[in-house]
Amino acid sequence: MGKILEINGPLVKLDLPQTVLGEQVRVGRLGLVGEVISRDGNTALAQLYEDTAGLCPGEEAEGLGWPLSVELGPGLLGGIFDGVQRPLQAMWEQSGDRIARGVAVASLPRDRRWYFVPDPGRRAGMPLAGGEVLGTVQETESIQHRILVPPRVQGELLELAPEGEHTVEEVIGRVRLADGRIEKLHLFHRWPVRTPRPFRQRDHAVAPLITGQRILDTFYPLLKGGKAAIPGPFGAGKTMLQHQVARWCNAQIVIYVGCGERGNELTDVLESMPTLTDPHTGRPLMERTLLVANTSNMPVVAREASIYVGITLAEYFRDQGYDVVMVADSTSRWAEALREVAGRLGQMPVEEGYPAYLGSRLAAFYERAGRVETLAGDHGSVTLIGAVSPPGGDFSEPVTSHTKEIIQTFWALSKELADARHYPAVDWLESFSGYVSSAAKWWADNIDPGWEAARAAALDLLAASEELQRIVNLVGVEALSSEQRWTLEAASLIKEGLLQQAATDEVDSFASPEKQFALLTALLDIYRQGMKLVKLGAPARRLIQMPLLAQARRWKSQHSSDDLEALKAKIAAIPAAFEPLLLEYAPAAPSSAMEEIRP
Amino acid sequence: MKNIEFRTAASAQGGLVVMAGVPGVAAGSRVQLRDHAGRVRSGLVIRSANDAVLVEVFEGTDALDLERTWVRFLEEPYKLPVSRDILGRVFNGSGRPCDGRPPVISADRRDINGEPLNPAARAYPREFIQTGISAIDGMNSLTRGQKLPIFSGGGLPHNQVAAQIVRQAKLLGEESAEFVIVFAAFGASHADARFFQESFEESGVLNKVVMFLNLADEPVIERLLTPRAALTAAEYLAFDLDYHVLVVMTDMTAYAEALREVAVLRGDVPARKGYPGYLYSDLAELYERAGRIKNRRGSITMIPVLSMPSDDITHPIPDLTGYITEGQIVLGRELSNQGVYPPVTVLPSLSRLMKDGIGKNFTREDHPHVASQLFASYAKALEVRGLAAIIGAEELSDADRRTLAFADAFERRFINQGEDEDRSIHETLNLAWDLLSMLPPESLIRVSEEELAKYHKGAA
Ligand SMILES: Nc1ncnc2c1ncn2[C@@H]1O[C@H](COP(=O)(O)OP(=O)(O)OP(=O)(O)O)[C@@H](O)[C@H]1O
Ligand SMILES: [Mg+2]
Repeated sequence: MGKILEINGPLVKLDLPQTVLGEQVRVGRLGLVGEVISRDGNTALAQLYEDTAGLCPGEEAEGLGWPLSVELGPGLLGGIFDGVQRPLQAMWEQSGDRIARGVAVASLPRDRRWYFVPDPGRRAGMPLAGGEVLGTVQETESIQHRILVPPRVQGELLELAPEGEHTVEEVIGRVRLADGRIEKLHLFHRWPVRTPRPFRQRDHAVAPLITGQRILDTFYPLLKGGKAAIPGPFGAGKTMLQHQVARWCNAQIVIYVGCGERGNELTDVLESMPTLTDPHTGRPLMERTLLVANTSNMPVVAREASIYVGITLAEYFRDQGYDVVMVADSTSRWAEALREVAGRLGQMPVEEGYPAYLGSRLAAFYERAGRVETLAGDHGSVTLIGAVSPPGGDFSEPVTSHTKEIIQTFWALSKELADARHYPAVDWLESFSGYVSSAAKWWADNIDPGWEAARAAALDLLAASEELQRIVNLVGVEALSSEQRWTLEAASLIKEGLLQQAATDEVDSFASPEKQFALLTALLDIYRQGMKLVKLGAPARRLIQMPLLAQARRWKSQHSSDDLEALKAKIAAIPAAFEPLLLEYAPAAPSSAMEEIRP
Repeated sequence: MKNIEFRTAASAQGGLVVMAGVPGVAAGSRVQLRDHAGRVRSGLVIRSANDAVLVEVFEGTDALDLERTWVRFLEEPYKLPVSRDILGRVFNGSGRPCDGRPPVISADRRDINGEPLNPAARAYPREFIQTGISAIDGMNSLTRGQKLPIFSGGGLPHNQVAAQIVRQAKLLGEESAEFVIVFAAFGASHADARFFQESFEESGVLNKVVMFLNLADEPVIERLLTPRAALTAAEYLAFDLDYHVLVVMTDMTAYAEALREVAVLRGDVPARKGYPGYLYSDLAELYERAGRIKNRRGSITMIPVLSMPSDDITHPIPDLTGYITEGQIVLGRELSNQGVYPPVTVLPSLSRLMKDGIGKNFTREDHPHVASQLFASYAKALEVRGLAAIIGAEELSDADRRTLAFADAFERRFINQGEDEDRSIHETLNLAWDLLSMLPPESLIRVSEEELAKYHKGAA
């Protein structure tokens, strides 16, 4: 037993020999928990996950003998946990509206019984290795929880419980380890959050993560197992975009980490997810979702931990062979928590107060994303999407710039677009994706071989219009040629009819890849047909007045992904809309001209 | 220990005193210092070890004679006595009555730091509050339980706007406001405080107001307590007594500056512009105290006022505030100079909770689309205005000229309104359609065809 020497904000200096770095400690009358972050002789410095007010020098402290770990087993899905995996729903029921200090509640419910079905291939006497599947529990209607052998356990299976109900703590099996000791198996095991869970090997990410958001899927795709960042100033739409991804993406498990952000945003997820259905499985979205919440008013050290708790939970489901998406809102708050502790430790700040190891910590965290071959020989993936909140919206600040070097997909949000309520405010010029060629293969195989070319054509159009806009801003639109004016108009059609996609629009909130591609090619078709006419001498003014342009801008909101036939009928009628002008400007050969401009 | 006076001050600098030889003092404990003149100052333990205790003194350490300074450790955090009787009272910045009336007697004394609300206990705010101000109700609606700051600048009428909101705020269908008001001023001038006092008096709500005043000439460090004391009162009124509480706090910039002052004294590593890295978390501890709680009737709606240093919205104080609050109402100098009141610059303004509190079952079915359309059309119109400034209005096309006329009318008729003009949301939306009708229907993509047919004056 040791004692407290000094309290300085969340840091407590302890007279506590024989603890190791990272070890959990319990401190003071209230029993506040924290972890050792540095040692010097007999003294240990610990950061506490809870507010230290009221602690006195001289109060007792003890080392707990293990690092910060999470409980992994059935009972996670649909839940909300704090930054050190305490179940917030259960805490609310037990201790009221406010988070009282020193409350210890088990992460997984202890009284709940789960129906365990052993893997038929497992028999006593057979060898058993870490990460293998012992059996399953149907945790929610859509998710089968695979009960895994803890990764570091290896030996001979002595017995395995038959089919039946168990609590997470009941013994469901025994293994004789290589050194002869007997290890008991349960429906759950613990894993230290700062240690990545092992796998056999990394695999290539191959399939895009479909989010149903056109600017993401069609223009700046992300792969299952990929890494993405969403930087943007306040109010630009980072959280909304992450909510959209959490709602509609085609992952099997979604981990939503609210790291130092607003309480109401988590309430929003908690209240909305159960009422929404997964477009890919038809089941309530909450069944596949899990929340980790350390809001901005909760203690800052637990905020630092919350990211690791989240990623460990994600890896655990990956190890069961699932495609997992983790969204973290916001990684900047995590970095700030790091900065705060570093500052109190007196570590040398390098940029804007951040410690020198900011970049390496960020990289190590994102490195835990990926598609892997699991220890059990399955394939699973963790896709990581981190929001970044740069001070003043300045992307050159340390967290954004380090992150930009690590990730492959960059969804840059723009204040100008958000101010004009162009949502999602993803800037089509600043954003990038390093996954386009892999995604192109999937689109070609599953949707249409023309995807990559159409995407490029739309981006070219947008880039061209940006140039033209600069001219217009100097001398006015009248200075442009008809061709240029039509380019400008078509780009605006793409922006309003395709890129803009309000999360609040019930019809258009999610767009299937088919719908995305149909709209993309339709709008490009309008552009090309118009351009043909302009080249035949039709003034852009005439084209811009066509009712088709206003109509096409509404298509996205008129036809849901389930109603593509009607949309396709409208698309098929595009040439007819151009017919009168065509007759006027190419009266000689309307039908042959029509032939020519069809792709 | 509570009753022992220690005379062991080892050093004093700025607002900090180091006490030696006081073992076992609790972190965060309240402190009373008696100086040689018998004046009592108050403070807080910010770092505690057996051999040295660091105390932050709210009234500062000027003219402290270490030999003749007596210090008591009260072994508890700052607390505010709460009871129904706080309504109608005026307190100083640390929560002591300063209206000449007797102290509030109550056995119920609450730690002013509060405790974080469990996110699982929150109820999402969805009830539209009508403020009677078109720029807010129509385009940046406020909901019950929201934290929506006013970003302003020196000389802009933020006080008037805040007071107008307080006077006019009501739920739809309600006759008059059923709010109680917690008003906290820190670093505010006497004139500002008087302005609010008179405004409450005029609207006859003084007995529904609790005030916490730390004015510009009062101790700077005490400002760190003022919003906490005020929010403790607000939480009590909302979640114990079921009131709907409107909290107005001004000026958050003065608060953040006080925090910086203390941080510098403590030697904390600065992040941006000398503000400590924990400014975000510290502000969040305040702002996040707004909200609604499941199974509770009351609510806390928060309207912090902050002046943006040099009108710069990227300055750390508005920036971090914007990252925490649920939107912001931005007042602009340009509009104000043109005589527009309230000078709400709508594009950078935002209400994040609007989308869940307006529309069919809350205000009117066309509201979400109308708001979005106004934003889009006005953003476009400002581009045209910029262009006109370069190439001259004569050079503009007819369509552009119409757009320009729309922008002017929008500012003059929609944003601009009287300080006592209380527009219903229907009036606001109808006015919006009057203005949108200046534009050709085919350019209005954000509203539906049905809405165009129903409301657009020029639609076929
Ligand atoms: N895709 C979208 N569809 C519709 N509205 C959106 C969308 N994205 C953002 N918005 C609007 O913008 C507001 C702000 O978005 P959001 O809260 O996601 O911003 P943020 O970037 O997370 O800000 P902060 O950094 O302060 O948390 C939302 O409340 C919503 O009104
Ligand atoms: Mg956000």
